[in-house]
Amino acid sequence: MQLVLRELRASWAFVERNFNLIKRYWKWELVFFAYTVANSVTMGFIGKGVESFSGAVVDVNYLILYMLIGSILWGYLSILFEIVAETVAWERWEGTIEYTFMSPVSRATHLLSVCWFSILYGLLRSGLILLFVSWFFQLSLSKANIAAAGGILAVGSLSFIGLGMIAAIMPLISPEKGVQVVHIFQALLLMFSGVYYEVEVLPLWMQKVAMISPATYALKGMREAILEGQPFPALSNYTLPLLLMGAIMLPVGIMAFGKMEKHAKIKGLLKRNG
Amino acid sequence: MAVQNVSFDIKPGEIFGVLGPNGSGKSTLIRMISTLLIPDEGTVEVFGHNTERDSGKVRALINRVSVEASFFKKLSALENLLFTAGIYGINKKEAKKILYEIFEKIGLEKNRISDPLEDFSRGMQQKVSIARAFLSAPKLLLLDEPTTGLDPRAKIEVQALIDEVKETHGTTILLTTHDMYEAEQLCSRVSILHKGKIRKQGFVEALKAEVPKNKNGIVTLEDVFLHYTGEELNEKDYSEIVREVS
Repeated sequence: MQLVLRELRASWAFVERNFNLIKRYWKWELVFFAYTVANSVTMGFIGKGVESFSGAVVDVNYLILYMLIGSILWGYLSILFEIVAETVAWERWEGTIEYTFMSPVSRATHLLSVCWFSILYGLLRSGLILLFVSWFFQLSLSKANIAAAGGILAVGSLSFIGLGMIAAIMPLISPEKGVQVVHIFQALLLMFSGVYYEVEVLPLWMQKVAMISPATYALKGMREAILEGQPFPALSNYTLPLLLMGAIMLPVGIMAFGKMEKHAKIKGLLKRNG
Repeated sequence: MAVQNVSFDIKPGEIFGVLGPNGSGKSTLIRMISTLLIPDEGTVEVFGHNTERDSGKVRALINRVSVEASFFKKLSALENLLFTAGIYGINKKEAKKILYEIFEKIGLEKNRISDPLEDFSRGMQQKVSIARAFLSAPKLLLLDEPTTGLDPRAKIEVQALIDEVKETHGTTILLTTHDMYEAEQLCSRVSILHKGKIRKQGFVEALKAEVPKNKNGIVTLEDVFLHYTGEELNEKDYSEIVREVS
């Protein structure tokens, strides 16, 4: 019982610390929010422009929302991967990583707590972007099942956390360039998963890769929830594979990070100087 | 190789000193004991627990102050310290009570604890670092040049606190330093580390008795170091000079 209480306190400490850091850097957070909004609006305009350059009559509202969902997932994964990876990079930069790794908190609690914070923050930002862009393009969300889309994103996050932990290994190896590598990793993941298109348009070999990407199921599930208004229970075609992938990727992520932590301790990579 | 064939035991409740110039392997040694560095060969045990195999048990027993105070500099001293309390499983109310007692002992002004650490002087940051280490009431306290960069008054306050912690809590302390006066004041036994190897080890008084008197007719720990290594201990390397100037 005491051990559980200790881990819970530690977990809250990570969440609170990350909240404090965001509070201190709130102006930068606004800048990055504006950047994400600009990306989403651009995607919306691409959707709106299709009619003019193709000459075909399309449901513009549907197309903009379709693109917007891709953009929202892009932004969400950016937040999730960035917070997890940046926490490691930041701690290495400040030199606090030695103190965090030296404390009795388990690595699973450490990583899961940081991920938990990033999920909450990512969901909040994604919701705000959806509302803002919908207002900007005067999109109708009357049919959309926002709660079901949020549910899909939350279930998908189990796998994304596992991938985020693997991504967090990068700044452990290279504090200078590790975080940038995380962005490449994210872009590749979404490219294979049909971020702004159906996976069926991809070459066959890419479609096979898409089948093992959790983002594919998250995107399809979110689109059905928002565009078709499907309720959460009707999205089991997507939630079940996401749960299965989460059950595999989450422990794999923790184990991979643990292996790399050991490697860092053998090679002396944790120290900043001295 | 940073350290080689280093072997010593520290008795419970003892302050054991590791003396050596910059680059002698003191910090590497501390990192190995802190579970942050896995040795290529040999073992490190803390209260019977192997630092690699039983890392979790060891981590629950130790804390450390390093020569560089590492914190989230944009966060306040209190935010940083409450984060530490959290990851050591200490509740906030209890942590604040302990912290205010420590602040008083090390002369840290209470009205500054909500200021970002980037606004603190190096000496002040080091005091917060000391508060962080004492907060978890470790059984083994690893002090890696804890008073480097402190003004004389703060240095005396910290040294008094180290002594008090040992007396009142029975904390076992490993102190690395190149301040001979500090070592003589605080340590019962010392080990002289030079170029990664232990040159001599023993009780301070016994070591002094083995060395010829200097031109003033006395023997200091500095004379002991000079005798066994053939080098001046208090030579400052370039990085330290840069740090002090900046």
